[in-house]
Amino acid sequence: MYVAGMAAIVVTMFLALARAAIGPTVFDRILAVNMFGTKTVLLIAVAGFLTGRPEWLDLAIVYTLVNFTGTLAVLRFARFGNLARDDRKADQ
Amino acid sequence: MPPVELLLMLLLIATVIVVARLKDLFAAAMLTGIASLLAAGLFVLMDAVDVAFTEAAVGAGVSTVLFLGALSLTSRREKQERTKILPILIVVATGAALIYGTWDMPAYGDPDAVIHHHLAPELIAETEEKIHIPNIVTAILASFRGYDTFGEVVVIFTAGVGVALLLGGLGLRRRNADGEEES
Repeated sequence: MYVAGMAAIVVTMFLALARAAIGPTVFDRILAVNMFGTKTVLLIAVAGFLTGRPEWLDLAIVYTLVNFTGTLAVLRFARFGNLARDDRKADQ
Repeated sequence: MPPVELLLMLLLIATVIVVARLKDLFAAAMLTGIASLLAAGLFVLMDAVDVAFTEAAVGAGVSTVLFLGALSLTSRREKQERTKILPILIVVATGAALIYGTWDMPAYGDPDAVIHHHLAPELIAETEEKIHIPNIVTAILASFRGYDTFGEVVVIFTAGVGVALLLGGLGLRRRNADGEEES
């Protein structure tokens, strides 16, 4: 079952990569990268159970945090063009 | 396991080819993030979870943001240029030399490799009774090589400060500019 799950994850990775490559909009690509990060998390979790080391689940959770924070940073960039400095301009 | 690693390697190659072909630099930055995540997955499958985590945090997180920061200062599109032969030849030759260099390395997971016989047995046997930390990697990094790790932290901090100053002056420049406008 874990092997089937891993195969499904790799197939989904191919699809996400295709979406990131084709685009066409910026948000398609950001979503594809975010989804790819999620697939990596799932891959690590499934690989951990497959090789009998469920401790990797903790690692996968930390990857989720990195993925989430990274997506937020990229979205801020796509929206404002920088990370921190134009808050006042954006509010006006 | 090997089929999964093979598939991930194929994905990695596909990603890198797409990055090289893309003219939209924002998309290229996104795809380098995907390449880093794939490399991290491969490292995890090879049991190097700490290296994998560094790759994911730095490659997919920080460096993507740095790429985007650089893009916001330049253009979003790559300039149209003819494909040049000489750079490709140099890259292929360098890559071939690197691959040739790996031939002398012991096979992955080889228990007879030198690295498993030099210091590792002593460390595995003595770490626990010497400093009472069950995780040997943590004990080596934070205790036996504590000054080394401290130096690395200082280097990384210095590099971070340097990049922050280069990219935006930590907000100092803008504040000065505002002050001059007001006065």
